[in-house]
Amino acid sequence: MTTTQPRRAAPSPANESAIRRFRTWWNSLARPQQWLGVLPIVALVYALPILNPPILTTEPTVNFPIAMFECASLVLVAIGLNVVVGQAGLLDLGYVGFFAVGTYVAALFTSKDSMLQKLPYLATLPAAMLVTTIAGLILGLPTLRLRGDYLAIVTLGFGEIVRLLATIVPIFNGQVGLQGVGHPPGTRSDGSPIFNNTDGTPWYWLTVTVIIIILLFVGNLERSRVGRAWVAIREDEDAAQIMGVPTFRFKLWAFAIGAAIGGLSGALVAGQVGFVNNQDFGVNFSVLYLAAVILGGSGNKVGVMVGAFIVAYIPLRFDSLGPKKFLVFGLALIILMIFRPQGILGARQRLLTFGRQAYQRLLGRPEQLSSDSALASDEGGDA
Amino acid sequence: MHPTTLFLADSNSWIGFNVSAFRELFWDNTFDGLTFGAIYSLIAMGYTLVYGVLRLINFAHSEVFISGAYAVFFTLSALGFGGSPPGLSTIAIVGDLILAGVAAMLASGLVAVILERVAYRPLRRRNAPPLVFLITAIGASFTIQYLIEWWRGPNAENAVIMFKPTAIFDVFGTDIDNEQITIFVAAVLLMVVADTFINRTRLGRGIRAVAQDPDTATLMGVNKERVIMLTFLIGGILAGAAALFYVMRVPAGVQYNGGFNLGIKAFAAAVLGGIGNIRGAMLGGLLIGLVGDYGQTLLGLSQWSDIIAFVALVVILMFRPTGILGESLGKARV
Repeated sequence: MTTTQPRRAAPSPANESAIRRFRTWWNSLARPQQWLGVLPIVALVYALPILNPPILTTEPTVNFPIAMFECASLVLVAIGLNVVVGQAGLLDLGYVGFFAVGTYVAALFTSKDSMLQKLPYLATLPAAMLVTTIAGLILGLPTLRLRGDYLAIVTLGFGEIVRLLATIVPIFNGQVGLQGVGHPPGTRSDGSPIFNNTDGTPWYWLTVTVIIIILLFVGNLERSRVGRAWVAIREDEDAAQIMGVPTFRFKLWAFAIGAAIGGLSGALVAGQVGFVNNQDFGVNFSVLYLAAVILGGSGNKVGVMVGAFIVAYIPLRFDSLGPKKFLVFGLALIILMIFRPQGILGARQRLLTFGRQAYQRLLGRPEQLSSDSALASDEGGDA
Repeated sequence: MHPTTLFLADSNSWIGFNVSAFRELFWDNTFDGLTFGAIYSLIAMGYTLVYGVLRLINFAHSEVFISGAYAVFFTLSALGFGGSPPGLSTIAIVGDLILAGVAAMLASGLVAVILERVAYRPLRRRNAPPLVFLITAIGASFTIQYLIEWWRGPNAENAVIMFKPTAIFDVFGTDIDNEQITIFVAAVLLMVVADTFINRTRLGRGIRAVAQDPDTATLMGVNKERVIMLTFLIGGILAGAAALFYVMRVPAGVQYNGGFNLGIKAFAAAVLGGIGNIRGAMLGGLLIGLVGDYGQTLLGLSQWSDIIAFVALVVILMFRPTGILGESLGKARV
C-alpha cells in the first residue's frame, strides 16, 4: 500500500497560520502548563452526559449518556488500534477479534450462564487485557513477518475466525449468548446498583477515566525507545532493520499492546450492555474501527479520538433514519476523505524523547513537520 | 459406525474429525468446491486487477458484485422465472442465461466505473496517501450497500430458479450436474479470455504498463486514467459474470449485504494466489473453494468452511509470503 507520488503543496486555508501559531505556542508550554490547559476540556468531557447539549443530543431515539458511553468505548478502541496502525504502521483489519475476546472474557467470568469460576467484574478488566495480549501474540507470531496487505487479510481472517468460533463453540452460547454480565460494585441509597444497564453515565465516567490512564501510558510509550522503534518501522521497515531495530519484536509489542487496549474496551462494553452474544463482531466493525483511526488522522492520538467520536456518533445521531444512517455514514466518509485526505488532524513527525528540549534550544521554533511520511500527507495539512 | 470415524460432529459436539464422511464425499466436495471456487476466482480477479494498477484493496468490489446479482434477479424476474423451474427448452434457458449475464455484466461494470469516477479519481487528483483510498473504498462499500437496502429493503429477494440441476456425468461414482458444468466451464472460459486480453492485446499491455510503473507508463504515452477505468470495467464485468453464476447456485442469495462475505473470501483468494497476479487469483479462488468444502465435511459444521479457508491462507503465506504465484501483474511477459 505504499506508492510514492510527488506531493503538491495543499491549498492553504485562511486560518492556517492561526492554527500554526497556536500549535507553536502550545508546544512551547511546559508539560504541567499543558495539563492545566487540558483540565477544563476534560471537565467538559466528564460533564457531557449531564449537560446533554441540545444540538449534540441523540435523544429521543437513543439515550444520550448511553450514546456517549458507546462513543467513549469506540474512542478507547481507536486509541488501541492507533498503536498498531498509526504508530507501528501495521494494517490490521481484524481488530474486532480482540474486542470480542475482551467481551467474552468479561462475560465468561461473571455471567450466570457460564460454568467458569466467577470473578468480581473489576478483576475481569485486567484479565481481559491479559487474555487479549496473549491472543495478540498468538496472531502476531506467525503473521507479523508478512507485510502490508498480506497482513491485512490475515488479520481479517483472524477476526472472522474469532466470530465463527464464538458461534460454534458451545461455551460461548452462540446467538443465545451470555446474560447478566457483572458490573463494578456500589449501590445507590435505594439499594439499586450504580452501574446498571440502563444508566450510561457511571459507565461513561469509568470509561473516560480508563481512556485518560491509557492515554498517559500510550503517550509515554510513544516517547520511549519503543515508540521510536515503531515510527522507524512505520516509515521504512528495511531501513529500521538495518539500523539495528529488532523489527519483529517491536511489531509484536505493538500488536500485543493494541490488542490489550481493544480487549479492555470489549470488557467495558460487555459490562455496560450486560449481555454478550456472537452478533456484533463482524468484519464491518473492524472496518469501522480502522475508519475511525484514519478519519481522525492516523498516528495522531487527539485525531483518532476525534475520528472515533465521529464514527460512533454519526450513526447514533441519525438513528431515527433507521438503516439510512449507514448511508449517511458512508457518504460522510467519502466526502471527508476527498476534502481532507490526511485525516481531520494529520500525523506529525516529531523528535520523540528529547524533542521538547531540543526545540526550545532551536530558537523556540515549532516542531518539524514531516514532508515524506507514509501516513502524514502534505505539509500544509499537517499544521 | 465406521472405524475411521474418530468422533462425529452432531448436535452435541462442535468439532468432529469425520474421516469416513470426508472419504465418502470427497468427489462431491471436489466438484462443488471447484464450482464455487470458480465464482471466487472471477471476483478475485477484480480485486487483483485493481490492486495491481492502483495498489488499492477495493473494498467496494463486493458491492459491484452484488449489483450484478440484483441485475440478474431483475432480468430473470422480468423473464418470468420464479421459485420453481419453469421447464423450458435448453435453448430458451441458454438464451435467458446469456441475457441475464449480459445485464449483470453491464450493471456491475457500470457500478465499478461510476465508483472509480466518483470516489477514487478525486483522491488521485489530490495525491492522497494510500490508506485514504482504503477508507474511501470502505465508505463506498457502505454507501452502495445501504442505497440498495433503502431501495429494496433488508430481506433477501425471492428465489429465481432457472432449471433443475440434473446429473449428466458420473465421475468416480459421483454425479456432476449440468449446473456445475455450466458454471465451471463458463467461468474458466471467461478467465482465459480475460487473461488473454491482459497478456496479448494492446489495451492489456497498457494495464500491465501502468501496474508496473504508472509514471513511466504515462511518459511513454499510456493514458493512465483510461487504463484505470478499463481495469475497473474488466473487474466489474467479471464480477457480473460471477453474480450470474452465484444466483444460479444460490437462487435466494440476492440481498443487499450478500456480497460482503463472498467478497472477503474472494479477496483472501486473491492474496492466496499472489495479489496483483491474475493467474494467482484463479488458482487462489479454486483452492479457497476446495479447502472450504473439504474442511466443512471433515470437521462437521458449515462455519468450519471459512475458518479452514483462512487458516490455510495463513499457513500458505507463512511459507510463500507473497502468495503461491507471487505478485506479478506488472512483471508478466510483454
